[in-house]
Amino acid sequence: MAAKPHRNLVRSYAQDLRLFGSPTKRAGLAATLIVLLLLPTVVQDDFWLSVLIYSGITAIGAIGLNLLTGYSGQISLGHAFFIGAGAYCAARVGGDLGLPLPLWLLASAAVGAVLGGLIGPFALRLRGHYLAIVTLGLIFVGEHLWRNLTSLTGGNNGTSVLAQPRIGPLDLGALEIAGENYSRNQGWFWLVWALVALVALLAKNLARTRPGRALCAVRDHDQAAEVIGVRAGRYKIGAFMVSSAIASMAGALFGAYQQHVSPDDWTLLLSIQYIAIIIVGGLGTIFGSILGAVFVGALPALIDEYSSVIPGVATDAGGEGFISVFALNQAIFGLLIVLFLVFEPRGLAGIWFRVRAYFKAWPFSY
Amino acid sequence: MSAFLTNVFAGLALGSTYALVALGFVVIYKSTGVINFAQGGLLALGAYLGYTFANNLALAFGVAILLACLAAAVVGASVERLVLRRMVGQPPFAVIMITIGLLFVLEPLITAIWGFDSLPIRNPWNIQTIEVGGLVLGVRDLWTIGLTAAVVVAFFLFFRYTAFGLAMRATAFDPEAALAQGISARRVYAVSWAIAAALATLAGITLAAGPAGLSPSISFIAFAAFPAMILGGLDSPAGAVLGGLVIGLAEALTRGYQDELFSWAGSNVSVIVPYLLMILILLIRPYGLLGTKDVRRV
Repeated sequence: MAAKPHRNLVRSYAQDLRLFGSPTKRAGLAATLIVLLLLPTVVQDDFWLSVLIYSGITAIGAIGLNLLTGYSGQISLGHAFFIGAGAYCAARVGGDLGLPLPLWLLASAAVGAVLGGLIGPFALRLRGHYLAIVTLGLIFVGEHLWRNLTSLTGGNNGTSVLAQPRIGPLDLGALEIAGENYSRNQGWFWLVWALVALVALLAKNLARTRPGRALCAVRDHDQAAEVIGVRAGRYKIGAFMVSSAIASMAGALFGAYQQHVSPDDWTLLLSIQYIAIIIVGGLGTIFGSILGAVFVGALPALIDEYSSVIPGVATDAGGEGFISVFALNQAIFGLLIVLFLVFEPRGLAGIWFRVRAYFKAWPFSY
Repeated sequence: MSAFLTNVFAGLALGSTYALVALGFVVIYKSTGVINFAQGGLLALGAYLGYTFANNLALAFGVAILLACLAAAVVGASVERLVLRRMVGQPPFAVIMITIGLLFVLEPLITAIWGFDSLPIRNPWNIQTIEVGGLVLGVRDLWTIGLTAAVVVAFFLFFRYTAFGLAMRATAFDPEAALAQGISARRVYAVSWAIAAALATLAGITLAAGPAGLSPSISFIAFAAFPAMILGGLDSPAGAVLGGLVIGLAEALTRGYQDELFSWAGSNVSVIVPYLLMILILLIRPYGLLGTKDVRRV
């Protein structure tokens, strides 16, 4: 009787590249999906659901940034600009024209892709430091646009986003299945996390096939990549387009869920939050983007909710305490970035991979 | 005509501030290859230290400036020693993000100590003006331009004629060869951070002595100094000064003629003029007006 090969043995590239390689992975994925499906029926509290919804939206945006920064190595401080563009697009296409969910989501993605395609060519001439500074400029130029294109963005006061989460007869804002009514937050939870799964799947597929490998080659050395037959320029612009399309989708969801957006939402702090997320989660991993979004993305909401019990935090202007909620957020993002880069550059995903490798190789772990 | 000259003068004063900050960027970039996004934080910290020395300890303004520059220099060198030293040899992404992280730690620290309110820094210039040939010039602006000019000259003399200036230039040119000659790269790195922090502090205090006073948002001036550095060329001190003056002039002139010429572009368009100029120059001459074109090898 021939012995079955060990489950960890990989004998071909196709096998190595499988999406859901081992039975454990498949089981883990199925368990995650079931948890996500059942969670809103167990946790019905509006605060916690909204935190998880914001985390999900942030996860989508973070996957986009990780494709650009983690996989293809292009530093962008301008992610907030694309997120804002998506939100305003949702306000106009979904709200004013009253189109259904798939259309306003796709319209936002298209707007993001076009804007990314306009910024992308800068990445061809500039790398590293220069690109970081240009995308920093994009934040300020964008803020000027948002404040002055009053007919599109409502100027300083912002605009309400009336885009509805409606697909045909199905309204996720007020879901009714088999006589059972579900709240707006429950519907949004399912919508957002289904989209997280979809975007993660798309990104994972992108990353494990030729484009993903080409992006990594460009990241590691763009000229060397050209030598082995990768069109570096095309892939850099492509990465910008895909990344900002995903960012705009996240922005559209953010706007539609929050129902009102203003230029103050798209500042440098938002870009830095996303960068903190992918650094904490793990650069160059899709899984890490989601992990980081859940940990870091939930922080501002949690700090806001529990600011009264954290010592030294002023809950409102002129209140007791030496540090405001806003400043505390800022400091935490800064600290997370510095600490993770110095002590754990591979992020939470790196820790997870180490733990997994330990058990995989057990009892020969070292 | 006199309105135009007033604008030019205001532009030169603003440009001097940019030039000081940009000079700090260039010093750090040349010797360590790092772009320091935390410069704005160091600038604000230095300015607030100056406020403490001038107002709370009631020292003479000149002494307060000197002490603040020294204190900021110590902070700058410590930041280099504690954080940046660990990042030598890491990819640019990690290093840039470290400095951004530092900026986001420094800013809340400053608001936690000194608060959000605008503070008036005690200074002998105030809003005094002198009149020269029909032109009304602010005393503070004159001092800003004069101090910057003096510092820039001292800076160039230091690099040209002192042994340590030579060591810094050698390290910037080729760190390994400099090490082989017995130059301590560590000391060069620390000193360049100290110099940058002191320059930023000077810029911060001269700016804070103005009508707007001292508030945490003062650190934003460092973002606008990026275009100045890029315009001049990342690795050129002379370029940083030139870039600072050009950016300052462009911003002041746009602000001066906002209503007549730029009303179509929305209010406060002068704030984004530095960035627009930067994008323009990057498309035409990516290595800046006076920078050296870098050659990349596979």
